[in-house]
Amino acid sequence: MRVTITVNGTEHSRDVEPRLLLIHFLRDDLGLTGSHWGCDTSNCGACVVWLDETPVKSCTVLAVMADGRRVLTVEGLARNGELDPVQQGFAACHGLQCGFCTPGMMLTARWLLDRNPHPTAGEVRAAISGQICRCTGYENIVRSVLWASDHQDSRS
Amino acid sequence: MQVPAHVEYERARSVEHALSLLSRYGPEARILAGGHSLIPMMKLRIAQPEVLIDINGLTDLCHINVSDQELLIGSLARHSQLLDCEAVGEHYAILRDAENVIADPIVRNWGTVGGSLCQADPSEDLSAAFAAVKGIMVIRGQDGTRTVSAREFHTGPYETVVGPGEILVEIRLPVRPGGGSGYLKVARRVGDWPVGAVGAALWLDGDVITDVGIGLAAVGARHFAAPEAEDYLRGRPATQEHFARAGEIAAESCQPIADQRGPADYKRHLARELTARVLAIAARRAYDQGSAG
Repeated sequence: MRVTITVNGTEHSRDVEPRLLLIHFLRDDLGLTGSHWGCDTSNCGACVVWLDETPVKSCTVLAVMADGRRVLTVEGLARNGELDPVQQGFAACHGLQCGFCTPGMMLTARWLLDRNPHPTAGEVRAAISGQICRCTGYENIVRSVLWASDHQDSRS
Repeated sequence: MQVPAHVEYERARSVEHALSLLSRYGPEARILAGGHSLIPMMKLRIAQPEVLIDINGLTDLCHINVSDQELLIGSLARHSQLLDCEAVGEHYAILRDAENVIADPIVRNWGTVGGSLCQADPSEDLSAAFAAVKGIMVIRGQDGTRTVSAREFHTGPYETVVGPGEILVEIRLPVRPGGGSGYLKVARRVGDWPVGAVGAALWLDGDVITDVGIGLAAVGARHFAAPEAEDYLRGRPATQEHFARAGEIAAESCQPIADQRGPADYKRHLARELTARVLAIAARRAYDQGSAG
């Protein structure tokens, strides 16, 4: 089936099998390997991308379901050559160790900060509660998101 | 690597179109809403539908409307919509409480209310919540629309009264003053099914319980409900003592089974304890609302 999906602002048309998962479309068809393929059971959140306005677990969405929609991946977070404050926060606060969970964490963090620009640490933890960092680096992930919250007011 | 088996795909343009596709393809077709139960089952090859009928574009099933008399929830409303809707929390705190502990924030963005109900998992929180508040399920087929009480909706584990040519389109709840409700769940971690969970809604006239609904998930409650405990409470004052007795009655009427989430006696304990606690929460909220109004 022919699908047209706008990924990070660029339209992509491809022929896909209906059973193709969105995560594999992004990684294998488009070569966007920033989104990670983790548990395959919608538990770990390594595959989180935005579908239109909200983050979803792309291992549990078919590519055909994204036809005509917009997808945002970690490759699309930076704007005009400048890293998103969330990305800067992860750099500043050592928010990643192995980095496998990082793209999904960042996309959820961006969604949280768009809805709630000044979250508490508890609200950050709740927002990422469906995502797993197997390095168990949650402390620094929370710090990174709070850093972004403190440093993003001059943006936009 | 988990990949679904080969499947055909159709995108419904309207509810009528979805119904005609269901009719054309027969019982091996499946409605695809959020897909957060169906797609994992397809990946495990537990489910192998021949055709998926994608209803995600049907915006007329995405609504949550509140009037003076009724709360109307479209079956395609996402869990996050129900959680974020202020009017839902105001009239039926039980739904807000339940949504807060269903899956995780990301899954809630795409998983749907109707999908959860039709999946009919015996541990489904929303099934217990709607059983407690006695929701009315609106089911459409090519021959028209019929309504079924939430307590008649599930016919067994993973089974509902929705026929192969039908779609759950809406859930209706009456808006009634003088009530309060809540939901309590014990789970091992975020995103997991409950070990046990109980929701309750009650309506008071002064201190006396005029009506009450109790819904239980994951503890083997028939139709997710505890009618014997409700009968006991109706007409009695809203006291801790009565709530405790209602918890005992609810626990006795459950048939929990041991699994990796816990032994049967612990689940029965949860049914008893959570029933008593959530009734107290519901009563407090009913009082608060009464004094505010």
